[in-house]
Amino acid sequence: MARFTPKVVTANALIEGDVIYLTADDRWTRLHHEAELIEDEAHAQLRLLHAMAQKSVAVGAYLADAKAGPNGPEPTHFREVFRTRGPSNYFLGKQAELV
Amino acid sequence: MYSYSEFDEAFVRTRVAQFTHQVERRIDGSLTEEEFRPLRLMNGLYLQLHAYMLRVAIPYGTLNPRQMRQLAHIAQTWDKGYGHFTTRQNIQFNWPKLSDVPKMLSALADVGMHAIQTSGNCVRNVTADHFAAAAADEIEDPRPYAELLRQWSTDHPEFQFLPRKFKIAITGAAQDRAVTAAHDIGLRIVKNDAGETGFQVLVGGGLGRTPMVAMTVRDFLPVEDLLPYVEAVLSVYNTLGRRDNKYKARIKITLHETGKEEITRMIEARFAELRPLFGGNDQALLADIRAAFAPPAFRNAPVEAYDAFYKADPVFRAWADTNLAKHRNDQYAIVTISLKAHGQTPGDATADQMRVMADLAERYGHNELRVSHEQNVILPHVHKSDLPAVHAALMQAGLGTANVGLISDIIACPGMDYCALATARAIPVAQEIATRFDALKLEHDVGPLKIKISGCINACGHHHVGHIGILGLDRAGVENYQITLGGDGTEDAVIGERAGPGFAYDEIVPAIERIVLAYLDLREGPEETFLQAYRRVGLPPFKAALYPGEGNRDAA
Repeated sequence: MARFTPKVVTANALIEGDVIYLTADDRWTRLHHEAELIEDEAHAQLRLLHAMAQKSVAVGAYLADAKAGPNGPEPTHFREVFRTRGPSNYFLGKQAELV
Repeated sequence: MYSYSEFDEAFVRTRVAQFTHQVERRIDGSLTEEEFRPLRLMNGLYLQLHAYMLRVAIPYGTLNPRQMRQLAHIAQTWDKGYGHFTTRQNIQFNWPKLSDVPKMLSALADVGMHAIQTSGNCVRNVTADHFAAAAADEIEDPRPYAELLRQWSTDHPEFQFLPRKFKIAITGAAQDRAVTAAHDIGLRIVKNDAGETGFQVLVGGGLGRTPMVAMTVRDFLPVEDLLPYVEAVLSVYNTLGRRDNKYKARIKITLHETGKEEITRMIEARFAELRPLFGGNDQALLADIRAAFAPPAFRNAPVEAYDAFYKADPVFRAWADTNLAKHRNDQYAIVTISLKAHGQTPGDATADQMRVMADLAERYGHNELRVSHEQNVILPHVHKSDLPAVHAALMQAGLGTANVGLISDIIACPGMDYCALATARAIPVAQEIATRFDALKLEHDVGPLKIKISGCINACGHHHVGHIGILGLDRAGVENYQITLGGDGTEDAVIGERAGPGFAYDEIVPAIERIVLAYLDLREGPEETFLQAYRRVGLPPFKAALYPGEGNRDAA
């Protein structure tokens, strides 16, 4: 049986549209490494349901592949890497706002 | 230029008011995202990778200075100081907050603009030749017909739930600058043997995952039959089009599944029913619209200053050689302002640059601006004696790049830097190609060459009709770029051929360089353009350059 690839729950914030992640203590954070790294498939589904229920905060919640890193979860796919920082043509979005 | 009637004004204001309440209800939780999503899309509001995106229609690519200034104001007040002009003659703002969007729409309404029908399965912004009413090779200005189509299709009750989106493009010139053959309906103004004006009607063109060149369903349609005929096409499509499969829902598939003969028969039958119902009201309306598109009062003044400047200043001369096009009035020129400075984002303009362009249009350009599907801005009517002043002002604003039609005049969709649908980035590939060929100082030697880049199979970057097309894909979690060659978006439209296996992100610019160097080696002289050379020799020599060391192995 294939092993479950660890996940984070991610979405966009309702007002700003900015990328957000669900933390283990039920907050939404703008930082990928603060997200809850989910290593169990059943738990992932529960966390996703929890996220999807927060209709006034988060839009389009889904599970994204991630891996453990020294400072917390890190994205594995390049799309999710781009979502952690913003566009490559201007220094705008997260990369500018989080420094 | 056409100004809103009281009816248009009331319609747009009513929609802004409705959407304002819908946003309030979304924010206070009365509407779920599932309920709200179709409402925001009806008003051009998308949720992208990093933020919302507001897509604003620029009907047939025509703007006046006041509208351009308002776009600058919107970019500065509610966005991050810039806007992105798209291949559909729209402008996109990449960073609006949901709570600010009603204010943005209200500001747009103040200058007769909106974001209605820039999304969804309806008739989208009708696009037109960006040189309309200025080009020397034009039979008639296509924009009055585009405006007639806009009024007819806006909120048309029968066509708000089509099987899929529907795009119409129109040109009045022999040289097709509007890519009409890649639209659901392409209209080309032609003359018949009796010297009367009408339309050649093309149906079923489109790019995307199944690229197809449109087929001609009518060689000559009298101009007065335009609306009943287009309505007949839409009506047949609305009935036959497949709503069961998104990927087979465009009219190009309907056409191929039904057959050209049968669909033409059905269109003609429906047309016969519809035609008597129009009763001449459309023609009365068209006459009013035409009056709004009367040509400007062209100046009659000497042009010697231009000739002298052209001889004396090499920088101006280089710009004039690439960025000017022949105007129907010999004393005038059509100015294309390049939004493709080397290393910058294709199609982007800052708020300050928008204001400069608005000022120039007001001072030297008879108050007209155009947006091209090639993501540049055009001043369609500039007297030649004013060109040195226009050029100097453009240079100061970083808008004086002399590269229109050259290798760095690249179309690129937003790709994975912004778009939620993208599978790879497009903008940095364009930036790097432009920077590389600028460093090589080769682009003027290479001559006319259109590179078009899409960041996913939906082909917003028109890669299939690029002389060199680049398609960014996700191959096993890595960006990968496929190359097509020999595409052409003009009246001789051709879909490009796949060159072979794709290239990694850091391999794509060197691959393009190998193609261009191969062209320089094999061309018969500087007069033979890349496309002409490609048509003469075909794919093999370019393939050999792209995949060196593969010898006789046939990758196909």
